[in-house]
Amino acid sequence: MPHVSERRRTFFLNLRCLFLFVLSLAFVACHPRIPPEALRLDSESLKQRQIQTRVFQTDDEAKVLTACAALLQDTGFNIDESETKLGVIVGSKDRSAVSAGQVVGSIFVTLLTGAPVPWDKNQKMRACVITRPIGEEKKSIAVRVTFQRIVWNTEGKVTKREGLTDPKIYQEFFEKLSKSLFLEAHEAL
Amino acid sequence: MKIPNALKNCFFIIFILFLMAGCATTQQQLLDSEQSQLRLRSIQTRAFDTTDKEKTLRTVITTLQDLGFVIDKADATLGMVTATKLDRYALRMTVTVRPRGETQLLIRANAQYETTPVDDPETYQHFFSALQKAMFLAAHEVD
Repeated sequence: MPHVSERRRTFFLNLRCLFLFVLSLAFVACHPRIPPEALRLDSESLKQRQIQTRVFQTDDEAKVLTACAALLQDTGFNIDESETKLGVIVGSKDRSAVSAGQVVGSIFVTLLTGAPVPWDKNQKMRACVITRPIGEEKKSIAVRVTFQRIVWNTEGKVTKREGLTDPKIYQEFFEKLSKSLFLEAHEAL
Repeated sequence: MKIPNALKNCFFIIFILFLMAGCATTQQQLLDSEQSQLRLRSIQTRAFDTTDKEKTLRTVITTLQDLGFVIDKADATLGMVTATKLDRYALRMTVTVRPRGETQLLIRANAQYETTPVDDPETYQHFFSALQKAMFLAAHEVD
């Protein structure tokens, strides 16, 4: 009998050893590989382009850019970067990312397990608006806007990094842009 | 207490792994000295038969947007664009445009994936093939 238990102990020790080995291999091989499709165009890219782009019938790119900047301000963004020559405006804002449902869930799990479960606390949202004269005679301006966000939890760890792809966001943005352009044109407040 | 053999082996393996892992100091990464400069340049650079820098930069921006990037910075005078793609991972890329001779522009892209430099030719090839479609021009390899 003692012989059998000795063998079992060695077996489990070996198993633990193997586990440690695999774990340390994972550390050594820490070079994360870039996903092969990261820079590849696909059908989704085209779909996103259509959702994120509108064309305005004007040849005044500066006016459209100004309207976009005003709209970013309207929606609470601060302008981080701009380059008029290339039709670029980049803005960002920091907001709360706390959602009641997640907090309740976290507290529930914490009560059950005793281990504190963090929830999402802050988020940084970024927007970039690009204008581009299109057509043979450059009589219209294409405006493309893209959004992304980073979310941090109560422990300060990043929990989400994503581009925002919900078509509704873009629809609302362009509705507001049309209004903003109208306001710009009439020099109203 | 006698240390079992299996445990001894285990410690030995971990020790070896530490040796393997410890061969690159973290400071060396400042200039990424282990990379061959020439090889990197050739996989990151293409030449295009155009001299319109502004239009090329605009096309670069369009292509980056198509690929899901959000622009961080752009400078027409220096001819550079920096952008970030967030898709569970973070991919940051800088693209520069500068004249090459009288008839061509050189476009160079360098990317960083999370905390590592991207140095595999295929990834850059994907970027340039997307770019040449948007440029309506062929991308030439440069030596």
